[in-house]
Amino acid sequence: MSSTADPSAASAAPASTAAPVLAALAAGTVFGLGLGVAQMIDPLKVLAFLDVAGDWDASLMAVLGAAVAVAAAGYATLRGSARPLLAGFYSRPGAAGVDGPLLAGSAIFGIGWGLAGYCPGPAIASIGFANPEALWFVPAMVLGAGVARWHARRRAAAGVGGGA
Amino acid sequence: MSTWTPVSAAAGGALIGAAAVLLWWLNGRTAGVSGIAGGLWSGARGDRAWRWAFVAGLALGAALWVAWSGQVPRPRAQFPAAALVIAGLLVGYGTATAGGCTSGHGVCGLARLSVRSLVATGVFLVVAVVTTYVVRHLLHVA
Repeated sequence: MSSTADPSAASAAPASTAAPVLAALAAGTVFGLGLGVAQMIDPLKVLAFLDVAGDWDASLMAVLGAAVAVAAAGYATLRGSARPLLAGFYSRPGAAGVDGPLLAGSAIFGIGWGLAGYCPGPAIASIGFANPEALWFVPAMVLGAGVARWHARRRAAAGVGGGA
Repeated sequence: MSTWTPVSAAAGGALIGAAAVLLWWLNGRTAGVSGIAGGLWSGARGDRAWRWAFVAGLALGAALWVAWSGQVPRPRAQFPAAALVIAGLLVGYGTATAGGCTSGHGVCGLARLSVRSLVATGVFLVVAVVTTYVVRHLLHVA
């Protein structure tokens, strides 16, 4: 994992291209494993949480709680770190506040999630065990995201901040 | 079947949190699935390989779990394919517009105490609960 001793490579591009790709594969695999252990790859388990008027199953609260607790502890530990181990810099989220696209997008996402019981992670993970439901859901999700980015570009080109 | 499973839920959640820390510590990236997947084709040239690797890992991790545990989530016999397509379109459009999903806003954003993510998570949770009520108890689609 030690980087090459070329100081000119230290600016933006990581020293090695293979290492961050392997790191992403490892992180993705742990994430997918977690989705399996938590049963989030079963949309009926997810819907049992969202269906508060049915036979309510609160398990997803424990998934979210544990995930946030572990991530918060990790982020806090790394707060003083100047740069990640395998990349030139931390890609921090922008400083955008609560705006129209955030609210509208989240609401639209909520409708889709409540309808079928899949959010993006479990949907993609379901390709791993050839769940035929994912073969319908995932291409539609990719298409929907493409349309959203096209809309966002048009809004930006028109100079409109938010709304339709 | 669908009963309160706090131990496996917390264990799975801890793994998801650990994956987020791993990606931040090593690559300096947020483990938001919609954001990572959003750059699979449209991202800059040198910025795509790790995204494909992460997404492949998601499928691999789930496959390993299913193979090891023998618990295969079964596709729903009565659930219409059209509903899956409509839901997929909405989830893709919504998460790309909101700049995050259950992982990016729900896990990573909350862990960073982001107000934006807290609002997003509150909105998609409440809307999903209402939608599930309408779909299951008013439209009777299961």
